[in-house]
Amino acid sequence: MSDKKFSKQHEWISIENEVATIGITKHAAEMLGDVVFVELPEKGKNVEKEGQAGVVESTKAASDIYTPITGEIVETNQSIVDDPAEINKNPEGTAWLFKIKIKNKSELDELMNRADYEKFVKENPS
Amino acid sequence: MEIQKTALYNYHKSLGAKFVPFAGYEMPVQYSSGVIEEHKMTRNNAGLFDVSHMGQLSIEGSRNLAEELEKIIPIDLEKIKLNQSKYSFLTNENGGICDDLIVTRVENGFNIILNAACKNSDFKIFKNSLGNKFKLTLHKNLSLIALQGPNSSEILEKIIPKVSSLKFMNGNKFSFSEKSVYVTRSGYTGEDGFEISLPDNLAENFAKRLIEQGAKPIGLGARDTLRLEAGLCLYGHDISETTNPIEANLKWAISKRRREEGGFVGYSKIKSDINGRLNRLRMGIKPEGKIIAREGVKIFSKDNQEIGLITSGSFGPSVNGPVAMGYVKYDFSKPGTKILLEVRGKKCDAEVSELPFYKKSYVR
Repeated sequence: MSDKKFSKQHEWISIENEVATIGITKHAAEMLGDVVFVELPEKGKNVEKEGQAGVVESTKAASDIYTPITGEIVETNQSIVDDPAEINKNPEGTAWLFKIKIKNKSELDELMNRADYEKFVKENPS
Repeated sequence: MEIQKTALYNYHKSLGAKFVPFAGYEMPVQYSSGVIEEHKMTRNNAGLFDVSHMGQLSIEGSRNLAEELEKIIPIDLEKIKLNQSKYSFLTNENGGICDDLIVTRVENGFNIILNAACKNSDFKIFKNSLGNKFKLTLHKNLSLIALQGPNSSEILEKIIPKVSSLKFMNGNKFSFSEKSVYVTRSGYTGEDGFEISLPDNLAENFAKRLIEQGAKPIGLGARDTLRLEAGLCLYGHDISETTNPIEANLKWAISKRRREEGGFVGYSKIKSDINGRLNRLRMGIKPEGKIIAREGVKIFSKDNQEIGLITSGSFGPSVNGPVAMGYVKYDFSKPGTKILLEVRGKKCDAEVSELPFYKKSYVR
């Protein structure tokens, strides 16, 4: 897998050939607190960059997940639907959310690398 | 208005608390272990809660104080024994609830615990009703610490000897650091536990002692899931100025004599609810899947008529699934009634349920 890229909505994206794996960052998982429910998009669904593509809920609140790129959902991670707490344990690894067949590779250029994302988080604490 | 801090603020910080503004106070919402772990620690061991933001009101007066207070509090205050506590509320002209509270009879009058968000408006209600005949003090220098969970009694006994002799919903004066503190065996988690009222300058030392003895600090996040599983109302959500105590399923909290005689604010408006059929009733709502139904989610009958609204809901860590409560039309309030919840535009199966979702036996 290539290096991860990051969005301002705190998603990470990792590219392998034409397919991107997407999840939420460790920072996002910490901000959410204990995740107790996950809703993922349907396989085969076409999603737009920065469009809503799922929901994660903690005991406190529900938060939308956005996709950082446009494309077709080709796989979803059912194991985190069964065990949402995995998102707190390993958000940037086993607890990936869904995979997208990339439609427009140039969208990737608009995303941040890890150093830039970490800087972004520091500058935008919430 | 500047945000206020409790006497334990720095101590919470040192314990790794994450803070949120709540009712004008900077309060710990969780510590590093997280809401679910804190919830379970309270159910299995003992949790320490800083509830110093809540109002502590003392009303001092002679014999007719109980009689005067009965005009605004719908319980049999004459009958409350010394050091006995009761759950009740203040009602408005329409029979709605201005606040819910715990009242305890003490030697020279009553102590009343009020919600933080309502305490100043409550004080005005008391003042307007009682006039200058009695001495009212909304304490500014008292902390309130709750210790909740099955090990509470054993832990507190080591710091305040003989405290374990208290029975549920009873209190007494004890001493800590050679100062008088008032302890009641009560709480709002569905667990056995205590609430300790003590001077601000003793609070940190007292909290440290509890932690040393094995209590864990618990934030507002777990306090909410604990009270929700226990079926207890959160003011401003499950009960408010626009819900009356009868439809809120709190008829039990109005003494029998008061239900018959009335004599409190708003009685005429709720009399028909007391004696007859209600329009709606607060019930437990149990989603059938994993989906969480939160405040504001609409409730439908199986044939798609809108029949109510969720007033609070989350994930119940001890139930290990979603739990909620809300108001449903009376015809649909029977436990076991199948209903639908509209979450993010989709209708999800659920069932009307008895409360609480989680039951513990109190020391009586």
